[in-house]
Parts: sequence; C-alpha cells; structure tokens
Amino acid sequence: MNTPLNKLPIQAVINGEPKMFLAAPGQILADVLRDELELIGTKIGCNTGDCGACSVLVNDRLVCSCLVLAAEVEGQSVQTIEGIADGAVLHPVQQKLLEHGGLQCGICTPGVVVAAKALLDSNPNPTEEQARYWLAGNLCRCTGYDKIIHAVLDAAKVIREGAAS
Amino acid sequence: MAIQEFIAPKSLTEAQSVIARGGDAACLAGGTDLLVGIRLGMRDPNRVIDLKHIPELTALEVGTDQLFIGAAASAYDILHNSEIASLCPGLADALDLIGSTQIQGRCSAGGNLCNASPAADSIPALIANAAVCRILGNSGERMLPVEEFLVGPGQNALNDDELLVQLILPKPAPGTSDTYLRLTPRTEMDIAVAGTGISITLDTAGVCTAARVAIGAVAPTALLVEAAGQALIGSKLEDNAVAGAVAAARAASSPISDKRGTAEYRTHVVGVLVKRAIQRAQARINAGAKA
Repeated sequence: MNTPLNKLPIQAVINGEPKMFLAAPGQILADVLRDELELIGTKIGCNTGDCGACSVLVNDRLVCSCLVLAAEVEGQSVQTIEGIADGAVLHPVQQKLLEHGGLQCGICTPGVVVAAKALLDSNPNPTEEQARYWLAGNLCRCTGYDKIIHAVLDAAKVIREGAAS
Repeated sequence: MAIQEFIAPKSLTEAQSVIARGGDAACLAGGTDLLVGIRLGMRDPNRVIDLKHIPELTALEVGTDQLFIGAAASAYDILHNSEIASLCPGLADALDLIGSTQIQGRCSAGGNLCNASPAADSIPALIANAAVCRILGNSGERMLPVEEFLVGPGQNALNDDELLVQLILPKPAPGTSDTYLRLTPRTEMDIAVAGTGISITLDTAGVCTAARVAIGAVAPTALLVEAAGQALIGSKLEDNAVAGAVAAARAASSPISDKRGTAEYRTHVVGVLVKRAIQRAQARINAGAKA
C-alpha cells in the first residue's frame, strides 16, 4: 500500500483557486477531489470511465476524473461541479434541469451538469442529436434522458439569449 | 493501486532513461485502457510514466508529404485538427466512434494501437492510411508499418526498451479518400462486431490507382487485406471489382464467436461494410472533385 512517504505534492488550480495537496502516485483525481479537497459533488459510479458521474473539466477538457491520476493535474486547472454556479446563481444548465425535472436520484446530475456546460461552452446551439451524442457518456438510470436533453437545449437557448442581450 | 512512482519526463531522452531503468513500468497517455486495466486487476505496474509532457508525443503536424501524429495526442486534439480531419476523414470517423466525449478527451491513437484490441476502431483506419510507427529504443529508431506492429490480441511489437513516439502517415494523394465503418448493436459507446478502414485513390477518369483495405474485429489483430485492395486497382469500382474486394475481405477473416456475434455473422458483415466503405469513399472523392 501507498504510504504518506511516497505522496507527491501537487499544485493545481481547482475551481479558479490555486490549491496544493498530497496525492499518492496511483491515486485517481476523483478520490483526491472527494477525500482530500472535500469536493464531494463529484460522484464516483463505475470507476472505469463508463458512466460519466465523475465528469470534470481539466484545462476546459471534459474527462472522467476516475480515469485521471491526480499527479497528472500538476500545474493544470480543474473545474468541478462546485465551480459551475456563480455563487447562489445557478448555471442555466442547473436551473433548467430543476425546471424540467431532469433529475431524480441525483447521482448522475453533477456529471451531467459539467458535461452539458462543456458542450454549451463549445457549441451554444447544439442540435438534439449533437446533445445526445455529447452526453452519451453520462448514464442516467432514472430520467430516461428526455428531460435532461430538453433541459440542456433549453439552457442553450437561455445562454444564446443572454449573449445576444 | 500499487503504483509507487509517477514520473513525467519532459523529453525523449529523459523518457528513454526512465524506461531503461526497467522494472514493472507502464506508459500512460490517456489512461483510458491502462487505468481501467489496473482497476480491473489486469495490470499492476509499480511505476507510471506520463508521456504527455514530451513534445514529440503530443504534437500534430502536417508536413509537405507526411502527417505526424504524436502517439499520446488525444482523439479530441486530432479531431479538432481541421487539416488532419479533412485529409483523413476516415481516421476522424474512427476516432469519433471511440467511447464517449469524456473518453475522447483523453484516449490517444497511439494508445489504441499499443493496446492492440482486435476490435480497436482507429487501427483499421491507420492501416488503410498506410501509417507507420516511429519507435525509439536503446539501439535507436526503427519504423514499422502499423499492420506489422500488431502481434496478437493485446500484444504489440514493442520491446521492453522501446517507446512508440509517433504515427507517420503519407499525405493522401489528390483523388484519395478514406472511410471507417463498423457495426455495433448500439449507435455509440459500443465495441465493434466488425469494422473496416479503407483508402482509395481515383484518377480523373474515375479509375482506381491505389487502394488499401483493412478489417477489424474479425481476426486476432486488425489486418491489411492486400488482395482486397488489388481487386479494386485498375477498376472503376464496378460491381464485380467491389465483389472481389468483399470476397477477399471475407476470405481473410477468421473471427471468433462471442456475445457480440457469431463467426459466420461477423464474416458476412465485414464484407457488407467493405462494400459500403468503398461506396462512401468514392462518394467523398466525387464530392471533393466537385467542390
């Protein structure tokens, strides 16, 4: 087992704030976020990159934090679900998921929000097909996906209208 | 995980000296196979070497005659390189079929190749594009065509001291296009039952002057089917020439039967895919000629 002796000091920008933490060489980012940094919004589902519950952005790139070693994010920026809302103001994706009932048990929701935000950052006017393919790596066993997709497309509209006004 | 050491070399020289230390080391690019393998108990390295800080391993370059794809460059980066994606749309098709958005953000063409799954999507597309592996080892560099890099399921031709640095593709000649098609039960997030990557070159009269046909998921490794390419060369891709390529692809197949499909089904389907891939590449060339 890893002992504290071989832990690596890692410096990274987490949700906009420079942070330093210790990580074992084989420790995954998802575990460090949850156990060391107390950012427990990121959920761990499958631990093999299949379910998307642990989705985060590393240097604005959507990834599964269960398939990233914590040591890899040295010097990089990480955005988690905790960094999506602007204080008490929800991100449009979050607001629309609430309005459309796009969540039930909520385990997949942080990953869905992060993934959908990444989609709308790169493409604020996705087709339904594009949204469904982009979110294909975020499994939800409750909603049947329709409500999530409707919420994301509705959030896209809000974002476009915000940019236009 | 019992990983005791994490090393991120910044140059090829540094990487070589780390690899030369031997022991149970694993090279890390996107980690989408390695970290899953560790999680599932199939791999247990004590050292991980992160290759993504070595410029040659992540760079994408379009030269005068060749394309250079760093072995650790992510599918996302390759797909968003408009030059590479437009020169090799079939390679882009293949990379865009791998896993989810999250997986594509990390997985690499070099990793897909080193992992050597018989069903890997990018490998038939690389073979169709006549990609060559640039390999660096203690005794220097060597070049190996992708189809010769594959040894068996999960096995590649790298020696312990060697590192896959780049994939080097000849720049497609005018009138060339490539395609990758696969069959999966679902439209995404699935593993190929059968796949094919093809590249064809047509002259201005529509005569095929070069063709490479590769097949995947129907043999222990992805295969180059030279006879299938030969069946197309000199033809205008008439029905009988295409039928010859289809027959050659089926003859080269030796699939297993498993939960994804029987051997008979896979052998049939790979032929259907070859036919459709030829038609699609031809349509792409014709569309390009009109544009």
